[in-house]
Amino acid sequence: MNTSADTSPVIEEAANREYKYGFVTDIDSEFAPKGLNEDIVRFISDKKGEPSWLLEWRLTAFRQWGAMREPKWAFVDYPEIDFQDAYYYAAPKRDEDKPQSLDEVDPKLLETYEKLGIPLAEQAVLAGVAVDAVFDSVSVATTFKEKLTEAGVVFCPISEAVKTHPELVQKYLGTVVPYADNFYATLNSAVFSDGTFVYVPKGVRCPMELSTYFRINAANTGQFERTLIIADEGSYVSYLEGCTAPMRDENQLHAAVVELIALDDAEIKYSTVQNWYPGDENGRGGIYNFVTKRGVCRGQRAKISWTQVETGSAVTWKYPSCILEGENSVGEFYSVAITNNYQQADTGTKMVHVGKNTTSTIISKGISAGKGQNTYRGLVKALARAENARNFTQCDSLLIGDECGAHTVPYIEVSNPAAQVEHEATTSKISEDQLFYCQQRGLDPEEAVSLIVNGFCKEVLKELPMEFAVEAQKLLGVTLEGSVG
Amino acid sequence: MSLLSVKDLHVSVDDKEILNGLNLDVNPGEVHAVMGPNGSGKSTLSYVLSGRDGYTVTQGEILFKDMNVLDMEPHERAAVGIYLAFQYPVEIPGVSNLTFLKTALNAVRKARGENELDAINFLKLARNKGEILDMKDELLKRSVNVGFSGGEKKRNEIFQMAMLEPILSILDETDSGLDIDALRIVSDGVNKLRSPERSMIVITHYQRLLNHIIPDFVHVLVDGRFVASGGKELALELEEGGYAKFGGEDNDSEAA
Repeated sequence: MNTSADTSPVIEEAANREYKYGFVTDIDSEFAPKGLNEDIVRFISDKKGEPSWLLEWRLTAFRQWGAMREPKWAFVDYPEIDFQDAYYYAAPKRDEDKPQSLDEVDPKLLETYEKLGIPLAEQAVLAGVAVDAVFDSVSVATTFKEKLTEAGVVFCPISEAVKTHPELVQKYLGTVVPYADNFYATLNSAVFSDGTFVYVPKGVRCPMELSTYFRINAANTGQFERTLIIADEGSYVSYLEGCTAPMRDENQLHAAVVELIALDDAEIKYSTVQNWYPGDENGRGGIYNFVTKRGVCRGQRAKISWTQVETGSAVTWKYPSCILEGENSVGEFYSVAITNNYQQADTGTKMVHVGKNTTSTIISKGISAGKGQNTYRGLVKALARAENARNFTQCDSLLIGDECGAHTVPYIEVSNPAAQVEHEATTSKISEDQLFYCQQRGLDPEEAVSLIVNGFCKEVLKELPMEFAVEAQKLLGVTLEGSVG
Repeated sequence: MSLLSVKDLHVSVDDKEILNGLNLDVNPGEVHAVMGPNGSGKSTLSYVLSGRDGYTVTQGEILFKDMNVLDMEPHERAAVGIYLAFQYPVEIPGVSNLTFLKTALNAVRKARGENELDAINFLKLARNKGEILDMKDELLKRSVNVGFSGGEKKRNEIFQMAMLEPILSILDETDSGLDIDALRIVSDGVNKLRSPERSMIVITHYQRLLNHIIPDFVHVLVDGRFVASGGKELALELEEGGYAKFGGEDNDSEAA
């Protein structure tokens, strides 16, 4: 039967819904003066009451950064960022006087969480999740700490860990992502405000999912989260990071660094649901998200698994990677990336096989709608001594409408003849047949797209912790609202 | 008052007129068979009734329970009880048959102001209806129509129909691609759904389906309009004499 095109007019319309989480909470922030120089770096370090070794590390990074240039190789296009026209530190005013329990937390802040559908206390109790909530740059509430302490798990803001566990921080910070790694990671090293620190001792299975909700709130404040997770021998931890951000006109810079270290027989599962403000339907505003995430399987039989659902941000530049040093270690990367309207995502992973018998799996699902551009960029590398290294890669792209783009850029470098690398890729469109079929059964066009997209992403969504999988499914629907009419 | 009333319907696809002046009245409980050669407009009729994009109604009207169907979106038509069993059921990878149906059923129930079914009651209903159509659990859990044989796909269409309990069902060449056994299972399933309130339009090339699903009326569609209407015996007449005497070319191919 003839119909005008592959995609129905239904699909072309409706990219018009407002970002559900766009609002700003009115809390006075204490800003560092605008701009970036050594004094600002000192200011941040001083605010945190940091030891001198850390200040020195920051300063070294800052000097290095001055000699670096922004990377231009990604398939993203955005106006020049004026790094001197941003604030590098903001904290809720009551920083000095931190609340000891949720009752003491600024009610407006709690209200913000409510609006996001994250009633902190309730969620923590119901889902058994310990939440280290980062609001702007300073952590304001930490729950379930005692239970974790009992198990010997350290889960706290990294600024606190610097004081309580300086030896661990000093031993591991910057060992996976060195301060000179790349432009954004170096910037982060100089000015990181806060973030999460996790240490799971030998043989301990962390008794609950650990989760941090990140949120950008103050206007023009770049966010520079720093996360460090160490899983000691034979331990296990599952960590979930999720973010939403309020509606803003100015573009906001975000450059986080996450470092994971898994020792012998340890396993780290790191899941992300990223829902930062993507900009409006005309491409105005939205977060610039330049993230460096890397894990190293330092020990034998160690395993690191990244799962990400990337639905937000105007620009995403992010390649969660695994360095597989230990023999028989395992790296996994499961990704869903959605771009709607004018969003751009250049995301993927690097799997570097160093040790013998290391294996890696990459499953990437890219969805483009509106005028969105979605690029999978991945590197699979087997070094000369990576005997019997194996990789399986599957990259699937789904297009909604005919003004969007999907791109796949796989790099493969193999230096060991016994290594095996497989790569599969597909690109498809949501067909008018599928949409009509769903509609004929009673689903409205948005429900139909949501269902089809969820089906497309199933292999990745099933990797998410149960309680977040449901949330993520809803998020996919919300993100694509307006991609069909 | 008829359940469905199609008056002087003219439909174009890409400026080419496919239906020209079609009239049809369907009363509650009636089964109407529509037969016709390839290109006569059978599938166009099914799509225009269910609201597919790309079919332009240039003249005439379609009333369903006195509602102007042409003003309604496909999912709104589904909600008031219009169901199309597809000639070529569509695959939806990664979405299990059960998830799909639960979403659909609850969307329809919600639109009708009924309570949504919870997982337990839904499963009970699905198992129950599935038995009639020999839908094994494994088939319910697989992705919608993915890897289904031709017969399984058609059975799945009738299974969905049983679940959604539509008031007007349009069966678009449900018999094509079915072997004898599958034809019997599907027909039995359809017959179980017949009731004084429920009506059906059965579109087919072949008389053999009408041995199983006995129609109250048979219409012959040639060049976009009904050229003859009668009782079930008209189908037998067609089987013997072909469409030639009604002005259509005889054509046995199954392609639409």
